Amino acid sequence: MKAFLALLTRDLTLALRQGSAIGTALGFYLIAVSIIPLGLGPDLALLSRIAPGILWISFLLSAVLSVDALFQEDRDDGSLDALAIGPLPSELIAASKSLAHWLTTCVPLIVVTPLAGLLLNMELDAVPKLLATLAVGTLGISFVAGAGAALTLGLRRGALLLPLLILPLFAPFLIFGVGALSGAPGAFSQSILLLGALSLFSVAAMPFAAALALRLSLE
Amino acid sequence: MADLTNTETIRPGWFSTLANPTTFMRLSGKVLPWLTIATLLLFAVGLTGAFLAPPDYQQGETVRIMFIHVPSAWLAMMCYTIIAISSAGYLIWRHPLADVSAKAAAPIGATFTLLALVTGSLWGKPMWGAYWVWDARLTSVLILFFLYLGLIALRQAIDEPGRAGRAAAILALIGAVNIPIIKYSVNWWNTLHQPASVIRADGPTIHSSLLWPLLVMAIAFTLLFVVLHLKAMRAEILRRRCDALIARHVRGDAARAGTEEAANA
Repeated sequence: MKAFLALLTRDLTLALRQGSAIGTALGFYLIAVSIIPLGLGPDLALLSRIAPGILWISFLLSAVLSVDALFQEDRDDGSLDALAIGPLPSELIAASKSLAHWLTTCVPLIVVTPLAGLLLNMELDAVPKLLATLAVGTLGISFVAGAGAALTLGLRRGALLLPLLILPLFAPFLIFGVGALSGAPGAFSQSILLLGALSLFSVAAMPFAAALALRLSLE
Repeated sequence: MADLTNTETIRPGWFSTLANPTTFMRLSGKVLPWLTIATLLLFAVGLTGAFLAPPDYQQGETVRIMFIHVPSAWLAMMCYTIIAISSAGYLIWRHPLADVSAKAAAPIGATFTLLALVTGSLWGKPMWGAYWVWDARLTSVLILFFLYLGLIALRQAIDEPGRAGRAAAILALIGAVNIPIIKYSVNWWNTLHQPASVIRADGPTIHSSLLWPLLVMAIAFTLLFVVLHLKAMRAEILRRRCDALIARHVRGDAARAGTEEAANA
């Protein structure tokens, strides 16, 4: 547990001091959100209706974009090898990395989401609901993405392959995340429970897949 | 005779004999001609039944698409299940034959999934008025197709065969979560796609004149899959033997060149 927290703190400190990874994901998110109305036209009624979908999709793309570096830097400078022979089991290494991804990428994105929703003329009372679905759903997404990043670690064209592998796995999250805001009676409570179940399942299962993949790539 | 590599262990000894590649090559070579004949016969019977069946009172002649569509969709899911089981077997026991099975099944499964999607959209046009609707079943099968493509792409991206096999196996197991979602999507979300009508607790709701050709076609498709899978596995085993022979040859050449150099020096 102590080693787990130490690793997590180290990754958080690195991300905060560097700042570039957080900045890139944030920039990508805001640009993606603002480029979609350019393609769809400035119809505010339409934009406010599809805002949850736009925000969720842009969110997923930003999360994929930033997950590629999750293990790569540590692999390049050899610290991943050092971690692997250390006391921490690879499952916990993978879990710590995924959690760090959620804290350093998804949480800042959630924080700027109200601003992005404002750009899209989103209804104000829908914003807290959207934030709740993002907070619940993206935790699972970080863990799925972590497993994908471990699988494609060190491959030529790995960065290109990664979205291809994990975006299909994001589909259930997207369906329930946007479905929660469909406005149908009971849709929100039902969808957010399912999202929570998906997230918890990912948190519980994905570190094992990621650990297998990590050991594979370190052979 | 079902798929030899993926049946549950009946006796441990029996299973490990079958899992030997040489035994597998010998047995599958004997079984394949008979399986091929059986497949052709069943297709002949099933297709005759499919063409002679009366048109549906609601769907008319388009109902005949069902005889291709339903078995393809069933195989799309079964094939992924086989990949997932093989992958688990490969990760746990590291048996090369399980990897051969998973690798051979992926393109076949992708093809059946594409076939199910294409026939489904051809059926959807007269029924729902659109080639494609974002219905739960259609969307989840489309995702299954992407999963197949991802599996194939990941395997191709890694040069070292052992590593490629294990990476693909991990991905296959992660994606296996989707299979129950696809299976129950029509029951969970009541969308356009009709709910299950053959395998139900209260018996089939489909008329017997349509049911028996459908069942024959389902068995024919399953046998076709077994034939293709065994063929592809045999091809893969032969390919690996060729690679091993070439590697040995190259090593032999290098060793001989080394001794010549040493002799010349």
